[in-house]
Amino acid sequence: MPKKGMYPEVDLILKAHESKQSAIISILQDVQKQYRYLPPEVLTYVARQLDLSEAKVYSVATFYDNFSLEPKGKYLIKVCDGTACHVRKSIPILEELRKSLGLSDKKHTTDDMKFTVETVSCLGTCGLAPVLTVNDKVYPSMTPEKTRDLLKQLKEEDNE
Amino acid sequence: MNKIATTNHDEFMWIDGLKVKLEGEKNILKVIRKTGIHLPTFCYHSSLSTYGACRMCVVEDEKGTVMAACSTLPKNGMSIKTNTKKLLKHRRMILELILANHCRDCTVCEKNDDCELRSLAARLGVKHIRFDNNREIQPVDHSSPSIIRDPSKCILCGDCVRVCSETQGMGILDFAHRGADIQVTTAFNKKLSETDCVSCGQCVAVCPTGALVIKSETQKVWDALLDPNKRVVCQMAPAVRVALGEEFDLPAGELVTGKAFAALNRLGFDYVYDTSLSADMTVVEEANEFMKRLEDGGPFPMFTSCCPAWVKFVESKHPDLLDNISTCKSPMQMLGAISKNHFAQPKWNDKDTVMVAIMPCTAKKAEVARPEFVHKGKRDVDICITTQELAYMIQEAGIDLSNLTPESPDMPFGLASGSGLLFGVTGGVAEAVIRRCNAEKTSESLQAISYCGVRGMEGIKEATIEVGDREIRIAVAHGLQNADQLIKQMKSGNIYYDFIEVMACPGGCVCGGGQPIAKRRLTREKRMESIYNADGIAQLKYSDENPQVKSLYSAMKTEDVHHLLHVHYPKPMADE
Repeated sequence: MPKKGMYPEVDLILKAHESKQSAIISILQDVQKQYRYLPPEVLTYVARQLDLSEAKVYSVATFYDNFSLEPKGKYLIKVCDGTACHVRKSIPILEELRKSLGLSDKKHTTDDMKFTVETVSCLGTCGLAPVLTVNDKVYPSMTPEKTRDLLKQLKEEDNE
Repeated sequence: MNKIATTNHDEFMWIDGLKVKLEGEKNILKVIRKTGIHLPTFCYHSSLSTYGACRMCVVEDEKGTVMAACSTLPKNGMSIKTNTKKLLKHRRMILELILANHCRDCTVCEKNDDCELRSLAARLGVKHIRFDNNREIQPVDHSSPSIIRDPSKCILCGDCVRVCSETQGMGILDFAHRGADIQVTTAFNKKLSETDCVSCGQCVAVCPTGALVIKSETQKVWDALLDPNKRVVCQMAPAVRVALGEEFDLPAGELVTGKAFAALNRLGFDYVYDTSLSADMTVVEEANEFMKRLEDGGPFPMFTSCCPAWVKFVESKHPDLLDNISTCKSPMQMLGAISKNHFAQPKWNDKDTVMVAIMPCTAKKAEVARPEFVHKGKRDVDICITTQELAYMIQEAGIDLSNLTPESPDMPFGLASGSGLLFGVTGGVAEAVIRRCNAEKTSESLQAISYCGVRGMEGIKEATIEVGDREIRIAVAHGLQNADQLIKQMKSGNIYYDFIEVMACPGGCVCGGGQPIAKRRLTREKRMESIYNADGIAQLKYSDENPQVKSLYSAMKTEDVHHLLHVHYPKPMADE
């Protein structure tokens, strides 16, 4: 059982939302921002502080695709595979990313926890198709070649 | 429709052409049921919130709109049909689609005859399923001592989810994931034994399929009964006798005390005892403890300790209140301990004694396994089976319960007062303790006690009595959600009580998770009434006047009283 005050950063989030049960989604979004995913022990803590059942919080956390119970890499790459991006060849971009990082449709995150590759259904910027985002920064009109360069650049940035 | 204006303000609706008066029903399903039409439902339980997911109760209005009766408000002048070509087709299709994703091993399923899915398929004439079952087989969770959960048999009606959170305030089970991946599960898909589940079994009682069933231990009982080197004794709880008959086509709530003891004798138990006797001892011990607390100044309120689901609830949710729980063992554990003590005498040492408890309760299975109830390496109670399991054993043995000649339990643990029998209903323990504490032992005072406020189905009941010159405030809660509310109000300082009885199941043990599935209307009320009737015809009304209890006390060594009849639940590690 998690002790009160065990997660001061979560306490701040809860305080910002006045520990309201109805704010559970916003609270989980902030928790995910903090940890880059939803650690199970933190969900248990949140449930206890909000006087909700653990299963209810788990229910909300698993309902939305944007919430992740798995740890994510430092760089979260979201490849858009909406209709517009798909017809403008988003799949070769995805394949390039997976190939260079040793990932697959089952394995989304590299072992060194640097990169996570996911697909999203539409980023709402169809005019820039095919598009991907890295930690919410948008990269428009991508190609497999540009993707290779982007990965190289990110790796260099990480080494600095 | 030929409508003749009515002069008063009554409101009506038409069901299959029949004019029906509206009497404040919250949904048209209730209005329909008044007319004697029993629409099929999976996800509707009158005591829970309306969910409207299974769509079995669909009806059609004059415009041909199809709607779920459970979640449609009745309106004046509304006209609906319950059986049309469209509806029959819809219902069959829904059922076929539910069945498409469902395991079809009905003949070996634990739920079998009690399965609503199976019986509805038969009732609606679904004989063939055109689709293969492509559902991924998920592991069955056997981890709980009381409940087996098989997710592959779940039809997602959510009854268990709602009873666990709304009635019991626990929320152990909930929906997880979404769309085609949706499932009912625990937080993080943990095993039931790793959650705070109190094993009350109310989820089993509402589950329409075999997704949640009681963990059966009848084989262990058969093994013991058929072992010539074992002395197998049993005890039967008060609530069993008002429900067992239902499994043998007797009316709901029929009192079958004598027939049940006869059946236990036929099954081959060496001695059959009555848990109501140790309930009498619980009354004596609990009243003494309460009087002692009045002298010592607390701690108050004193909570009853008979319900193992309640004890587990306090341990996980309110560990600070553990000292407030009476130190009395539950009647089942008391009888286990004193009977094992009885058979420990040298003249009985030819055989090992096995104590089997027959309980209306699934949580009792968890209770018998607790380490606190092991004495000198032996359990006070070895096996606990539920009323349902006993019915299966009687059926397996081919015994026709309804035609048995009544028999009585054996001495020295077979005589009980009416007070002991009351342990089976909500308010019963409180009533028995009030009888014990009340100095005036007349039939007038007995009647006065029965009307003091402890009886009935209200979630939280209150009564005030006078002991000596002190006013004692008593509360009775059933359903853990009600108990939780009571505790929260108590902790906020809004209310004060000296004595609180809690039973986890709504209605008390008569509606325990191990009782036969209530298929008929008013089953709960009839079982409760039957317990009060049993008390009514009992010659002895007061626990402390039970001569058998008196002689057991005089035979017990003073130093034994404590370890045989009391228990201290260890406090969990400090939370803060």
